[in-house]
Amino acid sequence: MQFSELWLREWANPTLETQELVDQITMAGLEVDAIEAAAGEFSGIVVAQIVSFEKHPEADKLNVCKVTDGSEEFQIVCGAPNVREGMIIPFAKIGAVLPGDFKIKKAKLRGVESFGMLCAEEEMGIADKSDGLWDLPADAPLGVCMREYLGLTRDGRDDKIIDVDLTPNRGDCLSIAGLSREVGVLNKVDVTAPVIEAVAATIDDAIDVQLQAPDACPRYVGRIIKGINIKAASPLWMQEKLRRSGIRSIDPVVDVTNFVLLELGQPMHAFDLAKLDGGIVVRKAVQDETLVLLDDQEIKLNSDTLVIADNSKALAMAGVMGGAESGVNAETTQDILLESAYFNPISIAGKARNFGLHTDSSHRFERGVDFELQRTAIERATALLLEIVGGEAGPVVEKTSVADLPKCAEITLVEASIEKMLGLTIEASEVEEILIRLGMQLSKIDSDGMSGWKVIAPSYRFDMAIEADLIEELARIYGYNRLPVRTPTAATPLLPVPENELAMKDVRRQLVGRGYQEAITYSFVDPATQKLLDPDVAPLALANPISADLSVMRTNLWAGLVQTAVHNIKRQQPRVRLFETGLSFVPQPGKDPSNLDESLVQDPKLGMLLTGTRTEQSWSEGEQNVDFFDLKGDFESLIARTGSQARYTFVPAEHPALQPGQTASIQLEGVAVGWMGALHPNLAKPLGLKQAVYLLEISLKAVRQVEVPAFKPLSKFPGMSRDLALVVTDNTPVADVMSLIREKAGDYLTKLNLFDIYQGKGIDPDRKSLALGLTWQHPSRTLNEEEVNEAVDNILAHLADRIDAQLRG
Amino acid sequence: MENLDTLVNEALVKVASASEENALYQVQVEYLGKKGTITSLLKTLGKLSNEERPKAGALINEGKVTVQTALNVRKTDLQTIALAEKLAAEKIDVTLTGRNQQSGGLHPVTRTLERIEAFFTNVGYNVAEGPEVEDDFHNFEALNIPSHHPARAMHDTFYFNANTLLRTHTSPVQVRTMETQEPPIRVICPGRVYRCDSDITHTPMFHQIEGLLVDENVSFADLKGTVQQFLKVFFEKDLAVRFRPSYFPFTEPSAEVDMECVMCSGKGCRICSHTGWLEVMGCGMVHPKVFKESGVDAEKYSGFAFGMGVERLAMLRYGVNDLRLFFENDLRFLQQFR
Repeated sequence: MQFSELWLREWANPTLETQELVDQITMAGLEVDAIEAAAGEFSGIVVAQIVSFEKHPEADKLNVCKVTDGSEEFQIVCGAPNVREGMIIPFAKIGAVLPGDFKIKKAKLRGVESFGMLCAEEEMGIADKSDGLWDLPADAPLGVCMREYLGLTRDGRDDKIIDVDLTPNRGDCLSIAGLSREVGVLNKVDVTAPVIEAVAATIDDAIDVQLQAPDACPRYVGRIIKGINIKAASPLWMQEKLRRSGIRSIDPVVDVTNFVLLELGQPMHAFDLAKLDGGIVVRKAVQDETLVLLDDQEIKLNSDTLVIADNSKALAMAGVMGGAESGVNAETTQDILLESAYFNPISIAGKARNFGLHTDSSHRFERGVDFELQRTAIERATALLLEIVGGEAGPVVEKTSVADLPKCAEITLVEASIEKMLGLTIEASEVEEILIRLGMQLSKIDSDGMSGWKVIAPSYRFDMAIEADLIEELARIYGYNRLPVRTPTAATPLLPVPENELAMKDVRRQLVGRGYQEAITYSFVDPATQKLLDPDVAPLALANPISADLSVMRTNLWAGLVQTAVHNIKRQQPRVRLFETGLSFVPQPGKDPSNLDESLVQDPKLGMLLTGTRTEQSWSEGEQNVDFFDLKGDFESLIARTGSQARYTFVPAEHPALQPGQTASIQLEGVAVGWMGALHPNLAKPLGLKQAVYLLEISLKAVRQVEVPAFKPLSKFPGMSRDLALVVTDNTPVADVMSLIREKAGDYLTKLNLFDIYQGKGIDPDRKSLALGLTWQHPSRTLNEEEVNEAVDNILAHLADRIDAQLRG
Repeated sequence: MENLDTLVNEALVKVASASEENALYQVQVEYLGKKGTITSLLKTLGKLSNEERPKAGALINEGKVTVQTALNVRKTDLQTIALAEKLAAEKIDVTLTGRNQQSGGLHPVTRTLERIEAFFTNVGYNVAEGPEVEDDFHNFEALNIPSHHPARAMHDTFYFNANTLLRTHTSPVQVRTMETQEPPIRVICPGRVYRCDSDITHTPMFHQIEGLLVDENVSFADLKGTVQQFLKVFFEKDLAVRFRPSYFPFTEPSAEVDMECVMCSGKGCRICSHTGWLEVMGCGMVHPKVFKESGVDAEKYSGFAFGMGVERLAMLRYGVNDLRLFFENDLRFLQQFR
């Protein structure tokens, strides 16, 4: 909400400078976002009148005006299109200074002397744009300084527009009355509200009001005013207050309702009485009932929308916006019905938003309007209206369903709770003073060893409900920064750090050590990319995505990583090694979608991407591109840290996004926990890639499983080694050969490694030769030759039998 | 005997001309070895008279020492020369880069989160995580934000359907923690959060880290102490910190925390909109309704919660000037956070 500082000071005027005031309310929880001058910096401009004017002899577009400030006449050359005789205008005399430090001097325009300048609002920094000279009201006093006339300066203080960003609980501060209440409490100064007296009815016309939805609208106050002059202009002081509050002047009726909204916080509405069919009915809309709103859009109402209707039709969306049809017409309206109602926040909340609307009125009703304010507001509006547009007021009609009105909160405040929550004691007298200034009614409680107060919150404090709310008020007014500071103490038992789980820190450090850069990509991705990389899973789609290319939840981590690689390759960084950790979101078809735990698997994953050269270009290494085994080696270095490497197998498999023949299903003790492989060549083009890319994704839960080391005594006895050269068919996986060897190697095989693969001369073209090193070692004795020979014979027989493997001759 | 001098001189000439250790060895054998020519002179001593013998023996020994000394000196010289040649041959350009250097790095958000987690786990906080696709109850209802609440407008929420959404904060993890654990609770909840907002200062996904402490007799003073200490250790600076009343439906009292601007030390600059202060987190005492929804006895326990945006802290810590960089993952950006 933005407001004029000087307007606030009419109500509560502490001896603080603007900045001090702003700091004070900010620190009281009313955060000030911006302060700006209410007008440009100018001086020496007075109210004046154009006595006469004639065309400039040398220039078509200029006029030579005779202007009086009430005591003296001046000749001014002026280019404004709207000059007329008798017009009252702002006049910058010689020596005046306009915004931008523009000094007015005597000048000669095309040979005619000009002693000053006639001003438009724009030139005074009051409007962003003007069409011509500011046409001031006819009663503006000649010769008076414009700053004073406009109320821009008072007691030597230039008015400022202060924009305060109020939290949703402080609806009570959405008015000058509310803000000044706060300022009054904070400074212990009195608040002087304007005297609002009941305006006696001079006619008998009254409207019939029916509350058909009293829970949503428990109070409706209406009043007929007849015979108004809608063409009358709102007084400049009112227009200025509205302007400084960010509201445009429309017509006197709308201006007055807006003024009361700003001043007291009561949203009001005025109907053109002639458009009403009978009385007022406050009811829920009929489903799909239509209404054309003031902004000319036609909406279809829902059965839970509260409307103000007459006997035949909906007139307005209650508390949100009036209808175009029944509104005041700035040309024709003569008789009006003023509305000042209380709508329950729950009945308004969210309604405007459902229709894409947000108005000053809905903003206030959603947060809570003082339910004791309606009569005061209508009296205030009546008095202002009669003064401006004349007319005769009928009696105030009020319908109230007392049972449905909110109750002022009654809260017990236990004195000891204050210290318990804030960590300090506030003197009982200070507690009382703060709460009373906040408008609370107190009665002291002293019973059963409990000391405290029964507190009744004022009708405008919708945010008061529990003891903690009162304690917050005390803390707020006392000052958060005066409250004590303490380091929490607690029993500090040692926390378990399970050794069988690899810390995320270690997962990351291992990959970083292998040259991988961590990426964090959006969890929602482009559906087309997602489909390319995981075509068999229908991803979870957002109902309201921020854009089409961020509209489905990733089912694996590859879309983000691939897009990151593409981004970097395009920027001349073709060597990319990335990892990311985070959730993937895999819907479970056939499961009840309302049961999230079952219908969606949100599991943490590790994704890796590798592309480009094996090493950075350097003096020491050749430039080779990475392949499958670079990625595998990096991954194996990670699982080696868990001591679980032996529990993993890499099983040749197929995945729609990966290249057949270069794809492995990663299995932990036979259970598939991830995938790795080369990106399928068919996907390179649609994904915008020209180089081979290797991808891996694995369950983080799996990869973090650690085998806690179990010590085995070191053997003091020598080991015995044998090298075997085996010829097997080309498509025999080495892992199979290794596991067959282990099956028959006996208990004491301690080392088995493949040190060469050969294909070519001397070997059948469809076969390959594997060179394997085997080492046996017994923990408590020296193995003899025969034992090892026997193991080798068993292995060879087993291999020959199972996979037709032969010793290379 | 008359040829001793000749032999010694001969040996000395050979020593001087030897260009390798092997040649010296030959000289050693030839003159001083068991059958060496100088050694052999000792055998002639027997032919001398008793008077002449000691003198002649001394002269021969003197000759041996002379040759041996020359040999030793020459050997050392040759070793020195050999070493110098080896060193010269093996000289390298130590300014060349090392072989096969590989070093990646952590994303700045992770780097920031890891630091924050370390501060809190050191004093007994656990790290808790939770689902990112959440239900309305845990994201809103349990946090005292019913469906009609104006505070919902503060959370531009991504929905899947009326009840399923992307969490707008990590607070649901606090609720889930309280649902399953008995106080005392000390927990921090880091993670991704989502809001339907995208412009120069907002990304639709960002990170929060929230803390929750529930115990008997926890007060606002404990909250202030924790937050102040955290900001000091995070920025490694003795920063001024202030608490401003604010509003969150799930805490009461609630506060925004402002910290002295790290860029200008509170003098006022563009980063702090010339106020000297930076808004860095929200916090407050856990609202009794949240305790109730989470099954914590609000009569017995009290607690505080605080939450902050990780990207914002990272931006302030490392001087990053554009939020969007965090999710572009440009290597030129990421590699600055090794």
